[in-house]
Amino acid sequence: MGNVILDVTDVSKSFGGLQALSNINLRIEEGTVHAIIGPNGAGKSTFLNVIVGRLAPSRGRVLLGDQVLTGKQPHEINQLGVARVFQTPEIFPDLTLLQNIMIPAFAKRDGQFSFGIFKSLFAERGIREEAEHILEDVGLIADRNKIAGSMSRGDKRRLELAMCLIQDPKLFLLDEPTAGMSRHDTNSTIELLQRIKERGMTKIIIEHDMHVVFSLADRISVLAQGAIIAEGTPEEVRNDPKVKEAYLGGETL
Amino acid sequence: MSNTQIATPRQELLYMVVLSAVVLTMPLWLQPFGAAYPDLMQKFMIFGIFAIGYNILFGLTGYLSFGHAAFLGVGSYTAVWSFKLLSMNVVPAIIFATLLAGLFAWLIGFVSLRRSGIYFSILTLAFAQMSYNLAYSVLTPITNGETGLQLNQADPRVIDRMAGIEATSGLPNTNLFGLQGTGYSGFYICAVILILAFFVSLRIFHSPFGMKLRAIKSNQTRMSYTGYNTRPYLLTAFIISGMYAGLAGSLLAMTDPLAGAERMQWTASGEVVLMTIFGGAGTLIGPLLGTGIIKYLENIFSAFNDTVLHNMFSFLPDWLNNILTAIISPFVGEGWQLLLGIVFMLIVIFLPGGLMEGYGKVSRMIRERGQKNVDDGSSDKQHSTGEV
Repeated sequence: MGNVILDVTDVSKSFGGLQALSNINLRIEEGTVHAIIGPNGAGKSTFLNVIVGRLAPSRGRVLLGDQVLTGKQPHEINQLGVARVFQTPEIFPDLTLLQNIMIPAFAKRDGQFSFGIFKSLFAERGIREEAEHILEDVGLIADRNKIAGSMSRGDKRRLELAMCLIQDPKLFLLDEPTAGMSRHDTNSTIELLQRIKERGMTKIIIEHDMHVVFSLADRISVLAQGAIIAEGTPEEVRNDPKVKEAYLGGETL
Repeated sequence: MSNTQIATPRQELLYMVVLSAVVLTMPLWLQPFGAAYPDLMQKFMIFGIFAIGYNILFGLTGYLSFGHAAFLGVGSYTAVWSFKLLSMNVVPAIIFATLLAGLFAWLIGFVSLRRSGIYFSILTLAFAQMSYNLAYSVLTPITNGETGLQLNQADPRVIDRMAGIEATSGLPNTNLFGLQGTGYSGFYICAVILILAFFVSLRIFHSPFGMKLRAIKSNQTRMSYTGYNTRPYLLTAFIISGMYAGLAGSLLAMTDPLAGAERMQWTASGEVVLMTIFGGAGTLIGPLLGTGIIKYLENIFSAFNDTVLHNMFSFLPDWLNNILTAIISPFVGEGWQLLLGIVFMLIVIFLPGGLMEGYGKVSRMIRERGQKNVDDGSSDKQHSTGEV
């Protein structure tokens, strides 16, 4: 057993009468890729939103290492080392690719607020080189001066991944990174994610595409109706009768 | 240069040199336009400063404030009080006006920035209208109500008296260490301050801070998931733009030492929004361009009246002359804002990025045509969408 990086204890979340999450307990080891799968409406996105601070849980506690995340703002949680990509890529559409990457790099270096209104962007050579390096990694370096909003969906996703990677997060959350992508874009994203995997950062990935899940995940948790019904290695989960019942409806993977 | 690219120090220098040259030679090149008289040029400068500052908030962060005239008013009142109590020298007036406007901006911004979008705009509008009404009611001891705050020969002017300067005949003049605050010297004082103000805005535009403000405008959600607390950024931008407004207000008081509450009315706030959008919000020189053009047109068209129109069309037959005069006269003189409204509508519909967008489109067209002539086969369309 390695170090536990994310420790979720008894987390519940209800919206009015709807119990979206009930008593979630989850421990994620440092350096692993953990997939969360489950049918639509199982509470996967709600779970991510609780971790990143978009939603406050009704009950329970989330720890990152020995830091409490529960009750903190999204920007504070990011500063503690949690980065996230969204189902629809959230980038800065009006800025260039290079600037899109420089902004998270500044956040990592200078914290949640830094005044410096007279500092020159031009003089920030270190940050710029770092950003160019990451852009090269994800294969977008040729487009660095293009406006991000004009890129394809797949390229926006790569950009968003790069924006998170430059912060070198302790925990990286991916909410359906291949949602709405063409086969070609999906494959190139998987390839990119596999390369990221080698960096050894801890990741939680929510995904519908089983091809993606089984090619990336070390462990899988299955959520159904707000509760974890199974957890284990891909092999174990694949063969779990409860999972087949709840999620796959008898269909084989 | 595209605004979204990272500017080099050389480009910044070029900007400053060109702007300084254009501004300082205004009395020469405005001559043929009939606009080279000090009053109007001072207005170009003062409202230019106002718009440059407003652009730091609205152009970079996209937060549309409808209350910036309140800071202009605060600046004017403070400056006149400084003239009355301390000295006719403009230095203390400018410093106090800028600082006090900044303090006001901090208070109003602190409350208004709890909301975004239309709610933010409404909050700022409410605050500005409140200040306007207060200036006419409970604050009359400070603002002198409808008469407006004026200089008086018997004012204390502590510093001036200590220096042995006594106003013997008539009202004293505002000055910068002896240099008159009115007329051509007044214009040059304003011009130098405008150049400095532009320099500060240039540095903000090209700093990491400015880039983060743009990022807030572009996607505030991503900003917070990227680890930024956006509120202090917005508040800083709000305060800076408020200080610019205060500075502009103090210069208004310098050129004409009388402060009235009408400067704080919402129409005055609307005017700066108009000038910024007209020229191109978020661009460096757009707001200056918008200010210049709007103030120039205002100057021309508000002076028109039926007699002038009749004379203009005197070469036409009488009946046609009368019809034309009748059609045009509602749009000039008092009604010139009707004309402004129409022009503004056209700009927003066809060139939402303002005149600078128009400039960008035209220069791109010319460039592409030029490229086509050189190399007919190349169909590369690798242009960026940014503006100057």
